[in-house]
Amino acid sequence: MTTKELTCIGCPMGCQITVQMEKGEVVSLEGYTCQKGEIYARKEVTNPTRIVTSTVLIEGGDKERLPVKTKNDIPKDKIFDVMKDIDAVVAKAPKKIGDVIIENVAGTGVEVIATRNIDRE
Amino acid sequence: MKSYDIVIVGGGPAGLAAAVAAREAGTQSILILERDHELGGILNQCIHNGFGLHTFNEELTGPEYAYRFMEKVFAENIEYKLNTMVMDISADRVVTAMNKTDGMFEIQAGAVILAMGCRERPRGALNIPGYRPAGIFSAGTAQRLVNIEGYMPGREVVILGSGDIGLIMARRMTLEGAKVKVVAELLPFSGGLKRNIVQCLDDFGIPLKLSHTVVDIEGKERVSAVTIAEVGPDMKPIPGTEERYTCDTLLLSCGLIPENELSKSAGVELNPVTSGPVVNESLETSIPGVFACGNVLHVHDLVDFVSEEAKKAGENASKFVKEGAAASDKEPIKFVATEGARYTVPSTLDIDRMDDLLTVRFRVGAVFQDSYVSVYFDDERIMHNKKRIMAPGEMEQVILQKKKLAEYPNLKTITIKIEKE
Repeated sequence: MTTKELTCIGCPMGCQITVQMEKGEVVSLEGYTCQKGEIYARKEVTNPTRIVTSTVLIEGGDKERLPVKTKNDIPKDKIFDVMKDIDAVVAKAPKKIGDVIIENVAGTGVEVIATRNIDRE
Repeated sequence: MKSYDIVIVGGGPAGLAAAVAAREAGTQSILILERDHELGGILNQCIHNGFGLHTFNEELTGPEYAYRFMEKVFAENIEYKLNTMVMDISADRVVTAMNKTDGMFEIQAGAVILAMGCRERPRGALNIPGYRPAGIFSAGTAQRLVNIEGYMPGREVVILGSGDIGLIMARRMTLEGAKVKVVAELLPFSGGLKRNIVQCLDDFGIPLKLSHTVVDIEGKERVSAVTIAEVGPDMKPIPGTEERYTCDTLLLSCGLIPENELSKSAGVELNPVTSGPVVNESLETSIPGVFACGNVLHVHDLVDFVSEEAKKAGENASKFVKEGAAASDKEPIKFVATEGARYTVPSTLDIDRMDDLLTVRFRVGAVFQDSYVSVYFDDERIMHNKKRIMAPGEMEQVILQKKKLAEYPNLKTITIKIEKE
């Protein structure tokens, strides 16, 4: 049996939720005070995910950096692998919002896309 | 002198939304004056996501959110001037501005919308002892360096203040390879969103020390170490609690102040609590025809509410241009914020000029659990809404109905307060 302590992000209450797990299954949940908290805690202990946002170098553009994001959320433990791939990219201007910059980032099957328009210099 | 029906000072989220709303309300002659080299304001450097949940029902990044409004400004052919600094606004709405191509010029505005945003509280306003080496940045400056210009401000970081920008930068610097050693917060609670505390600090094991402040900065040329200490209820450091962190960078995220230099010189009356203009139900300042919206009016936590407020300012400015100053001989109803409520926006209300519904925004001064937001019409309590939690970092609102107000023809004061029962 493992015990995990979480802070709910649903509202400013920030309920401290204690989750007990056995073999990857939730055995007990305590400390949440609304349904939002229960849903959050279950997801956070079984499949925590995040959107990663960063920038990549862009050549030939009227700006130095192109902001990007993962199009969907990726597993939380892949954040630094995703960053490594993002940091290795050099984009070429022009780019438009939604243009795919990396097709399958860190083997997650998720695209990294541009989040602003950058014209040629 | 050139003239425009509406001149908007600032091309960030507030200015853009105000311009689009004024055009949709039928005003053709609109000019946005922006001092940066692009529209979009601070959103351009806020590359993280979480913007627009209320407005677009999706989580956008800052640049994406800004572009939704810029697209409309371009499609409507609304005029704007970049790299243009407004120097002065007169009480009769002559706007003096300058840029490299036009030099200094004056514009007669039918109405002016103030949308200049806010600035970070700088080190000079914080009374931090110690040396003054390089390596001390406001969190927003660091954000601009990393996200727009592509420079890392440092490698080992201490952050003072747990406002959202500080939290966001703790994560951003960590992702780019820096070591963020600690976030110190003077108050016993963080003003940042819970989501940011979890996803920007907890995710990366960055400690948040509440009731702590910086008591020493070391380093002659560059920061070499920062000492923090716990503070007591009197906010004074407790001797013996000092902890020293070696680092090359100190980021400050210690609050935002509305940027009202122009408003002051124009003679606009300011509210000492918000540091923003005193406005009526139409978001009009003490100078007729001069409106204010967004962070120049009061600091918001969500850009969605900035856009919403700016839309109202745009519509009302458009109405002012068409119909002129409202002639009302009635004394306006005054709002009073007390017992937990720190201020309200607006400050006054003329029922003849209000829409069917009026959103009154306010902030509380401390954390309140299981308490009520109460609204009194003079001495009669007419609203009593229970809230599980209210915190200074989250703006609150009540919505007043014109229909209800009409039942109180002699109403003098509307009071908003927080009650235990």
